[in-house]
Amino acid sequence: MKPAAFDYLRAATQEEALEALARAGGEARILAGGQSLLPMLNMRLARPRVLVDIMRIPGLDGVAVEKGSLRIGAAARQAALLARPGLAAEQPLLAEAMPWIGHAQTRSRGTLCGSIAHADPSAELPLLLLALEGEVALRSRRRARRVAAQDFFTGLMSTAREEDEMIEAIHIPLAHPGEGHAFAEIGRRHGDFAIIACAARVREGAVRLAVGGVADRPVARAMPGLDSPELDAALEALGWELEARDDLHASAAYRRAMLRRLGRAVIARAAAEVR
Amino acid sequence: MPDTTAEAAGWTGRSLPRVEDAALLTGRGRYIDDLGTPPGTLHAAILRSGHGHARIESIDTSKARALPGVAAVLTGAEIQAMTASLVVGVRAPVECWPIATDRLRYMGEPVAVVVAVDRYVAEDALDLIELRVTPLPPVLDPLAALAAEAPVLHEGLGGNLASDRRFRYGDPEAAFAAAPHRIGIAIAYPRNACTPIETYGVLAQYDAAESGYDILANFQGPFSIHAVIARALKVPGNRLRLRTPPDSGGSFGVKQGVFPYMVLMAAAARATGRPVKWVEDRLEHLAASSCATNRVTRLEAAVEADGRVTALDWDQVEDCGAHLRAPEPATLYRMHGNMTGAYAIRHVALRNRVVLTNKAPTGLNRGFGGPQVYFALERLMQRIAVTLGLDPLAVIRRNLVPAEAFPYRTATGALLDSGDYATAMERALREGGHDALLRRREAARAAGKHYGIGYAAVVEPSVSNMGYISTVLTPAERRRAGPKNGAQATATVSADPLGGITVQVASVPQGQGHRTVLAQVVADALGLRPQDVRVVTELDTARDAWSIASGNYASRFAPAVAGAAQIAATRLRDKLARIAATQMNLPAGALEFAEGKIRARGNPENALPFARVASASHWAPGTLPEGLEHGIRETAFWTPPELTAPNEADEVNSSLCHGFIFDFCGVEIDPETLAIRVDRYVTMHDCGRILHPGMVEGQVSGGFAHALGAALYEEHRYAGDGSLETGTFADYLVPTPTEMPELVILHHETPSPFTPLGAKGVGEGNCMSTPACIGNAVADALGLADVTLPVTPSRLAAHLLPAEAPPAGRAARPAAKPGERGLFGEGMAEVAAPPEKLWAILFDPETLRAIVPGAHSVERVSDTHFRAEVTLGVGPVKGRYTVALELLDPEPPRAVTLRGTAEGALGGGGGEGHVTLEPLPDGGTRIAYRYEAAVGGKVAAIGGRLLDGAARVVIGQFFAALARHAAGGAAPARRGFRAWLRRLLGWRA
Amino acid sequence: MPLLPAGRRHRVAFILNGVAVEADCEPRALLSDVLRHSLAATGTHVGCEHGVCGACTVQIDGVPARACLTLAVQVEGAALRTVEGLGTPDRLSILQQCFREEHGLQCGFCTPGILMSLDALLRENPSPSEQDLKENLSGHLCRCTGYAPILRAARRAAERLKDAEHA
Repeated sequence: MKPAAFDYLRAATQEEALEALARAGGEARILAGGQSLLPMLNMRLARPRVLVDIMRIPGLDGVAVEKGSLRIGAAARQAALLARPGLAAEQPLLAEAMPWIGHAQTRSRGTLCGSIAHADPSAELPLLLLALEGEVALRSRRRARRVAAQDFFTGLMSTAREEDEMIEAIHIPLAHPGEGHAFAEIGRRHGDFAIIACAARVREGAVRLAVGGVADRPVARAMPGLDSPELDAALEALGWELEARDDLHASAAYRRAMLRRLGRAVIARAAAEVR
Repeated sequence: MPDTTAEAAGWTGRSLPRVEDAALLTGRGRYIDDLGTPPGTLHAAILRSGHGHARIESIDTSKARALPGVAAVLTGAEIQAMTASLVVGVRAPVECWPIATDRLRYMGEPVAVVVAVDRYVAEDALDLIELRVTPLPPVLDPLAALAAEAPVLHEGLGGNLASDRRFRYGDPEAAFAAAPHRIGIAIAYPRNACTPIETYGVLAQYDAAESGYDILANFQGPFSIHAVIARALKVPGNRLRLRTPPDSGGSFGVKQGVFPYMVLMAAAARATGRPVKWVEDRLEHLAASSCATNRVTRLEAAVEADGRVTALDWDQVEDCGAHLRAPEPATLYRMHGNMTGAYAIRHVALRNRVVLTNKAPTGLNRGFGGPQVYFALERLMQRIAVTLGLDPLAVIRRNLVPAEAFPYRTATGALLDSGDYATAMERALREGGHDALLRRREAARAAGKHYGIGYAAVVEPSVSNMGYISTVLTPAERRRAGPKNGAQATATVSADPLGGITVQVASVPQGQGHRTVLAQVVADALGLRPQDVRVVTELDTARDAWSIASGNYASRFAPAVAGAAQIAATRLRDKLARIAATQMNLPAGALEFAEGKIRARGNPENALPFARVASASHWAPGTLPEGLEHGIRETAFWTPPELTAPNEADEVNSSLCHGFIFDFCGVEIDPETLAIRVDRYVTMHDCGRILHPGMVEGQVSGGFAHALGAALYEEHRYAGDGSLETGTFADYLVPTPTEMPELVILHHETPSPFTPLGAKGVGEGNCMSTPACIGNAVADALGLADVTLPVTPSRLAAHLLPAEAPPAGRAARPAAKPGERGLFGEGMAEVAAPPEKLWAILFDPETLRAIVPGAHSVERVSDTHFRAEVTLGVGPVKGRYTVALELLDPEPPRAVTLRGTAEGALGGGGGEGHVTLEPLPDGGTRIAYRYEAAVGGKVAAIGGRLLDGAARVVIGQFFAALARHAAGGAAPARRGFRAWLRRLLGWRA
Repeated sequence: MPLLPAGRRHRVAFILNGVAVEADCEPRALLSDVLRHSLAATGTHVGCEHGVCGACTVQIDGVPARACLTLAVQVEGAALRTVEGLGTPDRLSILQQCFREEHGLQCGFCTPGILMSLDALLRENPSPSEQDLKENLSGHLCRCTGYAPILRAARRAAERLKDAEHA
């Protein structure tokens, strides 16, 4: 279990990193915290020709409020955000859900943007970005652009990022006054990838439910309100629409059932916060 | 005789700090990978099968050999040329090689060994080996393996049945005929393994001048395997020097399974003339090290109206995996004397079958055979109570072996040494708060919760009879083979020229603290402090006293090895007493050993320093008393006379000691998520005399954690194609602290009359009792007749969730067979090109190269056969594959069936798709497509979660490109294309 | 820009337990391998090489990290602490002493990683709740102890460290 050989570039500036990505033509991977990439390197599932380490680029690890959003830089580690004073007020859903991500020993190194780039369908951060209608800021030597979470995750570990682009930051809107959030997850053990995870946001009567661990990417939908007779049917329909699969840890039927139950539960909790 | 008994001095029985800990806590342990290697040591990596069952067509190692830094690449043929097959434990025409020779029989089976300058380069070379195979149908299920039409793993056996024996004790037929009730249960016990955190390690050297091997390995015993290795390497036993490192990172039986790799690395050392080191990685460990057997059991009881069981009828089908590897089928026979558990049942019928399937070979694993037996037996006791409307405790009470019956000979031959099961059970209920638990269940149920209580009563055997495995042979076969019995324990106690005491034992500890306990026991015998006694537990078969029973298994340390050390120390003490007696002019019997002195009893002023007497034999042998050889070194070999060979009636005292465990627990199941929570767990142990309470608690707590894993989390799962699905610690789930309930541990001591110290084994018991106890609680909570391990929320969902029906318009997906990883899909699109044009594309290599995702080359092998080299992947997961594509039953230009296989380092797959091209009135074509595929191999084992999606993506890309190309440009799709693509991909984004 | 080509060894320098060290390694070399085999710091153990078992946990600039999920070239200039930096056999740290007293280890293979996590946790959070301890330790696998003695050792260490601070 040792990685295949690769060149290693310790980028001093973002320009250097972007240039390396452009030159490598899809054969490069960004190395940030490495907590998703290194297992794949060790197992030789991934064999990039070059790794571009962006963690020494000055200023890339910033977390700041910018135009009503939290701007989280590419090198910001998960533990750093979790320790941010005031996070619970800025974005309570993040504060509630982030302890579910892996373990303290991986959050210490893992970055938020790295998890977004990796786009594991069972990971918490892509789900949260989608639930909160966040955006991904991408940059290449050609251009800079922002992609809504809704459009960013295109499939299993697949994203709208072009091969010469790097995620520069993610933007997560701050909580609006008077909105409610809730998160729930079922895994086999603490810290495992989700069999199913649900995040709900209720704002001015509008309910948004995001579901991870079921489809090939996180999926978010507007849902009827808690008191609506339509809610059960909508949850039921979503369960079938996501085409849950049987896997080692849970059956499709279990996932659908938990979507009905967990979905309703998080919507109820989020709605209760509003009141 | 001096009166310095262990009890009087009193180190034994106390929870002293362990002598092992200071080094282990400061990073100064000496595990195998921490020890230096000889100059020029090479490092090995192993190419392993990505198939459950396949025929090897060719192995081309030339590119791997040519890689700079690679010293050798050894395939099965080269290993076979240097070695002999491993000895197989049944009389059958079947061989067992440590590496695949002609066929791959399980995923993870070694195929080639690369030896290189370091592990990184060795793994680079693995990637360059070109292995061509033809997949064969696998058989995974033990009952299916018995069917006449089942694929056969070993032609020599003529089938997959390696052994079939029937046993009869008492008069079971009469008992069943007389009993008012016949109550049965059927169990499929899953595969699991204790997965020590340190993996296997081997350092092998070959001495050409001596024609001998020197192998250092974190092997745990039994050293009967030394004979197996020597025969495989074709050397006499004295040309195989086997050494173990000072520290080992856990074993729980599993490190017995390192021995095939000792043979492989020894052969590699011989082939290269260099020392060869191999450290197993976790993927190798989970796929191919060793695990417990899975077993299908049908058990029936003849039961009186009051719950008294008069007879048992067992039918066990044991699945030992792809090879019958030594010491299997020992898992099946380890419990042979204990098939009636803790109960006085006099009539037993038993059928034992051993089958081979396309799964990894099995071996020692904590509990060894006990979990499989007790899950059936204790679930049956619960079923009897439910069926007859009795209290489960009443059924257990009615059947326990009575206290006055010890030593008690069971129907199948075990001699239960000591115990008072009823008292231990009543104490557990009282001291463990059983009444409160009953009230808790009542309250929980009143509140609408699922809450159940489970019980289990088990006998925990320890110190295996080395002859029990011969019960697999018929009495006639045993007569021919000669008797096998006993269990030699060895210990050496020696005095050095400064009077220091060193103890050497062949116990090969894997973390249990043997050095501490031996220091206590020997210090007590010699009147010293434990810190005065140095204990050496690393074993060197060229120098140390050892025998076939040496090693660390069957919970034999406390009952047997510690006892042997006490015997050796006592012999040395008696000699030293005689030496001191002549110097002090006292009879030896008037002396006592205490406080580092040998002194006159009753007159402590009249004393000699212990060290002075202990060193006397070195410095002044001429002064020894007449007739006394020396007082330097005593080696004790101890084997209990009770461990006799199986008799003509197939009765066998399979183990020397028999502890008793009574467990009860409360389990709550969340009605919303179906999460299973062990609310309270009480375990009562009678392990005889306790030598070190802290370590006994550690053994119980650790065994309980393994058992909780087996009950709720752990399973080696295989897909229908033979792919292992639990190849990483992200999929093979072991408990962490957040999963562990609080454990209440109680003790009731009845010392064993058969062991020197009165101790019995204790480390394996909860692996036997706990899965059954939790299973019974789940059954009680939910009213289930059948409980399948591991109990998971998803498994319970089948019982607890209301039936659901897919919404209208959504066809029910064909149900995959259990464990099968089937992919199904279909799609349709309309493109602006006539069918003829699409047809031409399908048969044109140049165009295919453009549309096959990731294709490097496409070569037309025949009119209808193509071969392609492609890189496929999703996200960062990429691998290179060789794809063979065949076009079947072409009906140009309307329909064709495509059959394809893909083979690569990350695994392989195969599938079939049917394509129809229907002309549209406007000159376009409607492509309709459906496929069925299966993918497996390495990716299945380490990323099954990702696999199906990845395959779908690739198939989708192929058809998207076909449509695009047919339309002759970049924006080909007309109406429906995007929807078609989405449908094809299986998702509706 | 430092580009370290594949297939060649490059000098990496960092601080290990307070001492400046250097090692020559390929870009792909895992920190766990370099610590153990180049720098003879064999107290850091390797159990899974995919970041789950926690045996290889070390502290990088004060925070726990998996050495198997870290390339050696990534720690250039960093300050690392391993189990060898916690205490010596004749001078065990308070945490190590508590493990010894509570029988918080058996085979000891997972122990160094657990000590490194707890050492960091107790520095950051001197009064961890039972849940804090369990969640932190859920990043480690131990197959010997059943965890109960480890949790007892951790609790005892937390209390004793607080006492030591107040004394």
